Amino acid sequence: MSGESTYNPGNGFTKWMDSRLPIMRLAHDSFVDYPTPKNLNYWWTFGGILTFCLVTQIVTGIILAMHYTPHTSMAFNSVEHIMRDVNYGWLMRYIHANGASMFFLAVYIHMFRGMYYGSYKAPREVLWILGVLIYILMMAAGFMGYVLPWGQMSVWGATVITNLFGAIPVVGDSLVTLMWGGFSVDNPTLNRFFSLHYLIPFLIAGVVVLHIWALHVPGNNNPVGISVKGEQDTVPFHPYYTVKDGFALALFMILFSYFIFFAPNVLGHADNYIPANPLVTPAHIVPEWYLLPFYAILRAVPDKLGGVALMFGAIFVMFLLPWLDTSKVRSARYRPLFRQFFILFIIDCLILGYLGAKPAEGVYIVLARVATVYYFAHFLIILPLLGLVEKTKEVPESISASIHPTAPQAAE
Amino acid sequence: MKNFTLKALASSAVVLASLVMPAHAAGDAKHPEAMEWSFSGPFGTYDRNALRRGFQVYKEVCASCHGLSHMAYRNLSQPGGPEFSEAEVKAIAAEYLVEDGPDDYGDMFERAALPRDGFVEPYPNENAGRAANGGAYPPDLSLINKARGGGADYVYAILAGYEEAPEGMEMRAGLYYNPYMSGGKIAMPAPLLEDIVEYGDGTPATVEQMSADVVHFLEWAAEPKMEERKRIGLMVMIYLSIFAALMYISMRKIWADQH
Repeated sequence: MSGESTYNPGNGFTKWMDSRLPIMRLAHDSFVDYPTPKNLNYWWTFGGILTFCLVTQIVTGIILAMHYTPHTSMAFNSVEHIMRDVNYGWLMRYIHANGASMFFLAVYIHMFRGMYYGSYKAPREVLWILGVLIYILMMAAGFMGYVLPWGQMSVWGATVITNLFGAIPVVGDSLVTLMWGGFSVDNPTLNRFFSLHYLIPFLIAGVVVLHIWALHVPGNNNPVGISVKGEQDTVPFHPYYTVKDGFALALFMILFSYFIFFAPNVLGHADNYIPANPLVTPAHIVPEWYLLPFYAILRAVPDKLGGVALMFGAIFVMFLLPWLDTSKVRSARYRPLFRQFFILFIIDCLILGYLGAKPAEGVYIVLARVATVYYFAHFLIILPLLGLVEKTKEVPESISASIHPTAPQAAE
Repeated sequence: MKNFTLKALASSAVVLASLVMPAHAAGDAKHPEAMEWSFSGPFGTYDRNALRRGFQVYKEVCASCHGLSHMAYRNLSQPGGPEFSEAEVKAIAAEYLVEDGPDDYGDMFERAALPRDGFVEPYPNENAGRAANGGAYPPDLSLINKARGGGADYVYAILAGYEEAPEGMEMRAGLYYNPYMSGGKIAMPAPLLEDIVEYGDGTPATVEQMSADVVHFLEWAAEPKMEERKRIGLMVMIYLSIFAALMYISMRKIWADQH
């Protein structure tokens, strides 16, 4: 879809630059004149919102790192020092802590949007895979970031999660020792987590560049899921989508600000305001909300290795999604059955999240097992079969035909 | 499509709202009642008089066992807190002795505390605190309202909620019955008794009054920048609303030729 470049250097300097490093041309072709389907809805604004989240986390994170001390005896106090004595330190920390939650909220919407409209299907498989990679990096960054304040949940969450790797046959124990830098979660662990927590966002930024590159080769998918047929189907990215993304971003920032300024601690756990104590285990160790579905899957399996395998499997199965979905039709608008199963899948994920926050006992365990089985069944059984048995609705001829219907059999 | 939109919106709301509920709803403890605090809500602020009375309760009662390690005397005069005058803070600090040094001869010496010094700890270390309290270490109170599920309501309920142990409940020496405590047993004896402090402003020092006042003070200790945060938050919200409206109008104008 990336057609001929329309960039026209306006003055001597940009002409000079263009024949040496055509970076202005790249920016112009990618973010100004980039042809974009004219029917994108608000679910498509989360790409821009996620870029904003990443930049926000990096900027606030760099400032926090100037005042934070990664040492077991000082980390907790240095965070309180930021909250109390650093000018606007409380603002930086509350933006950063709630920013992680907002980042995950946005990425989940972005992923579910991709699933609903079949954005992972050919020719966008690599785009999707890069996205899953970003998601995994985000989970690593989020988990390690939660360890840094060195509160009770920090240490005990880190203990639970790192111990999981001990279930891996043969190398498990050595791997855990390597991650800990010793024989328990302690100062070396905190130091390497801080180092990696600072590194990962830049890895994410790198993969985001690839993600956008892989987007701009085939071009955006769109709500009707059919490819762009010509100029009548597109508008230039600027100003049409810069303004639409800008509006959506402003709304998103209002929600974000609500949490920062008026409910900065509701998404966290009270126990993380208790300094870490390796001798006292909290009654219930729970990860941050965005990891809860996977935590539920982990605990649903009675065998440790099995639980770990399923938990990682639940993430890695997403890599295979482009090939597990056998339907030729992209958008769920024309897939009435898939649409029902998609809603069931969302509900299943929410149930898993709810169960991840509950103690692993009694009826919760039973429900978690059912929900886990359904999670995998969605990917491994329902999606492959649906493509074969589902009778899809008629897909419109083109994007512009779906917007300005000339025939009565228009899309909804 | 509309249907899907609504469902997805509802789902995201559920993710945020339900999944973050505290997972430790201890089945055995009584649930603290929701209180009305002046600092609740988006426009809530601290009540200066309650903060000052609460500081008095902390200083005269709590401080004999509980530290306030993240606070310094200078915090008592900063905006958004009890806002004592600098002279008052100097006088408060001067009531305590701190170790300083080494001096030019290499010796440590004691001097009166200054506003810049941290609140003086009741015990030199944790072991001393345990030894003085039958093995239970009185927790630092700087963050107590944020470190307990239920926050200010919970801390209030603990302070004002002591009762006689129910018939048949065996209480080991050094443990006291409190229905709001997980397990019902707490190592702290009821700390507030009627008129244990005498308020300068004439407020009757009932257990409820003192509990509410000291919880108010501890909320400020845990969240000293709350007033500034909410003030900036309000301006941010106004700014973003105007910005969003402008973006919306621009969007309608730009997209007009496409519809």
